[in-house]
Amino acid sequence: MTGFWTLFCKEVLRFWKVSVQTVAAPVLTSLLYLVIFAQALEGRVEVYEGVRYTSFLVPGLVMMSVLQNAFANSSSSLVQSKITGNIVFVLLAPISYLELFWAYVLAAVVRGLVVAAGMLAVAVWFVELRVAAPLWLAAFCLLGAALAGALGLVAGVCSEKIDQLAAFQNFVIMPLTFLSGVFYSIHSLPGVWQAVSHANPFFYMVDGFRYGFFGASDFPPAASLAVVAGSLLVISFVSLWLLKSGYRLRH
Amino acid sequence: MEQGEFFGLLGPNGAGKTSLINVIAGLVRADAGAASVLGADVVADYRRARRLLGVVPQELVFDPFFTVHETLRLQSGYFGIAGNDAWIDEVMHHLDLTGKADANMRSLSGGMKRRVLVAQALVHKPPVIVLDEPTAGVDVELRQGLWQFVRRLNRDGHTIVLTTHYLEEAEQHCSRIAMLKAGRVVALDTTRNLLAALSGLELVVRQTDGELSRIKLKDYGELEAALSRLRQAGVQIHEIELHPPDLEDVFLRLTGKPS
Repeated sequence: MTGFWTLFCKEVLRFWKVSVQTVAAPVLTSLLYLVIFAQALEGRVEVYEGVRYTSFLVPGLVMMSVLQNAFANSSSSLVQSKITGNIVFVLLAPISYLELFWAYVLAAVVRGLVVAAGMLAVAVWFVELRVAAPLWLAAFCLLGAALAGALGLVAGVCSEKIDQLAAFQNFVIMPLTFLSGVFYSIHSLPGVWQAVSHANPFFYMVDGFRYGFFGASDFPPAASLAVVAGSLLVISFVSLWLLKSGYRLRH
Repeated sequence: MEQGEFFGLLGPNGAGKTSLINVIAGLVRADAGAASVLGADVVADYRRARRLLGVVPQELVFDPFFTVHETLRLQSGYFGIAGNDAWIDEVMHHLDLTGKADANMRSLSGGMKRRVLVAQALVHKPPVIVLDEPTAGVDVELRQGLWQFVRRLNRDGHTIVLTTHYLEEAEQHCSRIAMLKAGRVVALDTTRNLLAALSGLELVVRQTDGELSRIKLKDYGELEAALSRLRQAGVQIHEIELHPPDLEDVFLRLTGKPS
């Protein structure tokens, strides 16, 4: 047993103990989106040939939930620990900043995957879904969740109060996820907004993840994966640098 | 601080006691200087330094997601110790926590939470134990039990570092004391020497008419003469008290705060 493994298990246990709030609630929210948007737009929009709008929507919603929940897991756990002061137990232990990073990020990935699995388990009962490229699907899911988890760590380290974290969530994470092509193909957007969408790393995750299901996407999957992996590296670097410096943790 | 001693850190609020502890524990990076625990530098060799150190934080912090037993198992795991249940059970037994093993941290009283904090600091059997104001807001019964346990640990060879506001506690338990004021050490000596430095006793006499007088004596030998002088002066004694020197005097003299 190592410090890393214990911290990882603790982070997983933490959300699992309140799974109604951390897993069931986001699954329900996404299903509500699915029902409402499918009801409103089914039959009016066809993005890929032979793919019904409802089917098109599901991967986007799943990815959106993965990103939001992975972000929420690492960020809120860290901020809560800082506010209540129990982060001290981790800081007093012989755990390196790398171990801390991996424990929080991987636990965030687990939460993302559990929520994704929960959504898909419900969605398959009333939406036609096939998986054209499972490896692409897995790669985008894992890297996307890791990126959101690492971003959550950055937000968690920087926030000292819940409202600062909420601002990050509402003004950064929500716009990025909602404008990432979850509900539409960006080809249906006017030129300017297409360009803006291409600057959003979350777009590539949704698009690539969708490729995993339909074998079709707005952007070549290999290029998307490169963008996602590059973004993950950048955010991880920032996160590790913050953790190493002790910024707002060992101040 | 020397190995195996029971060391006291005293000082008024804001003197820097907790800051010093935080530097040693690696919770705060020092702007200058270095600290080490039994030879392990707290920055360069932080893993060894933290394994050698058990800290009981001043604030009553806890993780509301877990029970007492889970909290202690997690803390063991953070130190890379698996299968530590025998020692955890022993620590819980000594701190009277066994009955609360499966209780959620949130449901515990303040005193119980304090005991869990002590237990958490001990899960990895650290040779050096730091108690940062361990008895603040704790009832008398726990205080007694806690001191018994800490003294036992000290007898078993653990180095104990105590910060406290309560001078009696330091006087009672610590073999050596450092007094801090505004971040500086203003006194560092054995408790006995610090007390001896304050030679002299104070004789407090209350007369039958209520008048109070304080007479300084160099030592007990002067007591007889002082009393006979009072008798000659025709003083009607109602009440008499003799105050030996205590740390409070040293403390007040050094920190320059009026009582």
